[in-house]
Order: sequence, then structure tokens, then C-alpha cells
Amino acid sequence: MTLELGKYASEVLSAYGVSLALLVGLSGWSWRRYRRVKAEMERVERGRDG
Amino acid sequence: MKALLLRDLRLAVRAGGGFGLSLAFFLIVTVLVPFAVGPEADTLSRIGPGVLWVGALLATLLSLDRQFALDHEDGALPLIATSPLPLEAVALAKAVAHWLTTGLPLTLAAAPLGILLNLEGASFPWLVLTLALGTPALSVIGTFGAALTVGIKRGGLLLSLLVLPLYVPTLIFGAEAARRGAMGLEVATPLLMLAGITLGALALLPFAAGAVLRINLR
Amino acid sequence: MSIWEYANPKKFIATTAPVIPWAFGGAILCIVVGLIWGFFLTPDADRFGSTVKIIYLHVPSAMIAINGWIMMLVASLIWLIRRHHVSALAAKAAAPVGMVMTLIALWTGAVWGQPMWGTWWAWDPRLTSFLILFLFYLGYVALWEAIPDPDQAADLTSVLCLVGSVFALLSRYAVYFWNQGLHQGATLSMDSEQHIADVFWVPLVVCIAGFILLFVALVLMRTGTEIRLRRLRALERQAQRAAA
Repeated sequence: MTLELGKYASEVLSAYGVSLALLVGLSGWSWRRYRRVKAEMERVERGRDG
Repeated sequence: MKALLLRDLRLAVRAGGGFGLSLAFFLIVTVLVPFAVGPEADTLSRIGPGVLWVGALLATLLSLDRQFALDHEDGALPLIATSPLPLEAVALAKAVAHWLTTGLPLTLAAAPLGILLNLEGASFPWLVLTLALGTPALSVIGTFGAALTVGIKRGGLLLSLLVLPLYVPTLIFGAEAARRGAMGLEVATPLLMLAGITLGALALLPFAAGAVLRINLR
Repeated sequence: MSIWEYANPKKFIATTAPVIPWAFGGAILCIVVGLIWGFFLTPDADRFGSTVKIIYLHVPSAMIAINGWIMMLVASLIWLIRRHHVSALAAKAAAPVGMVMTLIALWTGAVWGQPMWGTWWAWDPRLTSFLILFLFYLGYVALWEAIPDPDQAADLTSVLCLVGSVFALLSRYAVYFWNQGLHQGATLSMDSEQHIADVFWVPLVVCIAGFILLFVALVLMRTGTEIRLRRLRALERQAQRAAA
């Protein structure tokens, strides 16, 4: 698996780097928020029942 | 509707109504451009139509948030809404009043300001014609934006953010027709498109503006 | 049994909660496989050199950016006509995802354009349309943030989405009229004579599938979050009223 990016290495790598960072950031943010709100919801529901 | 129109016109012309503000803004923007790009007559006459279009657009934008905000603050808007006049007609009257107090003066002022930018003789009629055709669309679109943001405190910046993308097609066709006219190229297509946008916006957007006013007054 | 049953927030959450990890996992799998395949295992194209590898990010993100807006338009229409809260919240949930996708498409396009066209940015119709699309996303998200009452916000943003769609379409035609472009034609076409060679095509399809799954997973996740947040706020108000 040799990789020869030639003279365009910086372009290709920066495209991948920035895009992946944005994707991971968006996914991580959405996922963390999803988990947090879900936990909060469960806590409140338990409090109402108990 | 006529009464509302006349009332808005009177309010705008009265001191503090902001009638002269957008004209003054237009003048200042036009004066600033040569400072920024340099005084060469060739450059100025080439970018002149576009600069005047952008200037007129920004001057229109400046006066938009007063449209409903003042009536909203002093409580006149709910009163107007309870009158037998449908809100769609209110929006249309507001847009017409706005055009008469900003769009029309801007169109007329564009010609003398063109002299400052070294416009060639052939450019003037096209510039005035495209502005006359295009500024009604700017007013109607802006009225929709103002109706959308009427309930929001300090919504002026948001209003610009929402309205500016909506201005893109009008600006492109308007400035393009003015540019082509100045260079003696074919202008029928952009002119027709510009007129089409204006008529379409006039016909449809008051309904959208009326709908969002109703939501905002709920 | 009809599709409108999923408009019930409880039912929506119960149905989508088990789907989310699968869609999310599938998205990660597809994107990782597709990108590794594309990045390490495909040859360079004659004309593009190694920059052809950017296509595995550029095309899928551009597709999602446009289709995300269309999905928001449909969701807004459903909200305006049938008043299902889930629909309005789904539109709200999709906006930031679409915005990030537009940003990725713009960034990869600029980086790709630099060596190919010799400039980071050209006022090419396709690029310009995407910039305008980005502005529309920005305004839409800003309007959601600005209005405290959720139903009012849903109504106003829906109308903005409708009007914005018309003007976005108009802008597209205006921009094409205004400047003929450098950008090549559509990459994807069912006509195999036209579309790109199979070596690039297969990993690209894997990447597109990954991006679609990612969009679905993120929108479901964020919609669930919005539904729960609304419910939490309602419960809070109830508790306050009970205390008062």
C-alpha cells in the first residue's frame, strides 16, 4: 500500500483533513447532545414516577 | 388601504421618519467607492453601474426594519391587524409606501450620482430603467423580511442576513442589464427576467408577508 | 397503519432509537471503507493527478447539501399543512447538518480548484450557487435561534424555507446566466458512457452511501434530541406552575 500523492499532496491532505474534522466534529457534537438530553429526560421521567 | 398608504407616507416624510437617511447613505457609499478603488475614470465608469446597484440595495436594506418595528413598538400593528383590511393588503401597502419613500428617490438619485462615478452617457438611461424595474422587487422582498423579524428584539442584523440572499437574483439581473446596456450588448433577457422577478414578487410575496405577520401577531 | 403514525413524538422516538446506532455505525463503516479505498487503492487520473481523490468527499457532501435543503423544504411543507411537530423539528435538526455539508463541498471545491484552475475561488455558477445555498442555511439557522417560542419559530422558519427555496432556484438560474463556468458537468449519470471510470465509481458510490446514512443518522439523532428538549421544557413549566 504505497501512497504517492505527487505534487498535489498538500491539497489532497488538507481537503481530507478539514472535511474529516468537520464531519467528526458535527457527529460528536450531535451524539454527545443526544446522550446528554436522553439521560436528562430519563432522570426527569423517573423523578415524576417516583 | 389607501388610508394606510397615506399614513405611512406621511410618517416617513415627517422628521425622524428616515426618509432622507437612505438617500444620504446612498450618496456616502457612492462617494466612498472612488476612495477605495482609486480615481481612474476608466475603472470607475466600468464598475459604476454595479456600484450604484449595490449602493441602492444597501440603502434599501437600511430602511427596512423601520417598516413594522415602529408600528409594533407603539402598538399600532395589532390595531391595523384588527381592521377589516387583510394583512396581505397591509403588507402590500407597506411595500408600496416603502418603495415610494426609498426605491423611487434612490432611482432618481442614481443618475446624478452616476456623474460622480464617470458613467458614460449611454449608461444613464439603462441604470435608471433597471433600478426603476428592480427596486420594487427589493421593497417587496424586504417587506417580507421585515414581517418575518418583526417580533424579534434587535432584529436588524438578522433581517439583513435573511434578506440579502433573497436579493441575489434581482441584483444579478438588474446589474447585468445595466452593464450590458452600457456596453451596447443585448439586454432583452436580463430586463425581462428582472421585470419577471418584480412582478412575481409583487404578486406572491405579500401573501407570504401576510402569513408571517399573522403568525407574529398570534 | 400509515406513515403519519410516526408523527407521534413518542412513536417516533421508540421507532428511531434502535435505528440510530445502526445507521450511525453503517455510516462510519461506509465512509471509512470508501475513503480508504478511494484514498489508497485508486490510481491517479490523467488530468487531475492525485487531486482526483478529493472527489470522494466533494461529490457526496455536495449531494447531501442540496438534498438536505429539499428534505427541509418537504418537512416544512408537512409542518405547515399537517402541523406535526416532529416534522418541524426534523427540519430544524437537518439544517446544521446541511450547512456543514455545504461547507465541506465548498472547501474541497476550493482546494481542488486551486491546482486545476489555478485559483482558489472562481465565480463559477456551481460554486456561486453553493455559496448562496450556504447563506440560506445560515439565515435559516439564525432565524431558529432568534425566536424563543418554538411553534412560532417553526412557522416562521417554514415560510422562510419555502420562500428561500424559490429564490435559491432563481439564484441558480441567474448565476448560470451571469457567468458560464469552469466546473465540469455532472459527475454522476446513469449513462455509463458519460460517468467516470469504474475504478473511481465504486468507492465513490460507497462514500455516497456512507454520507446518506450519516445524514439519516444525524437527522434522526438531532430530531430525537429536539423532541426530548421540548418535552423537558414543557415538564419544567408544569413543575413551575405546580409550585406556584
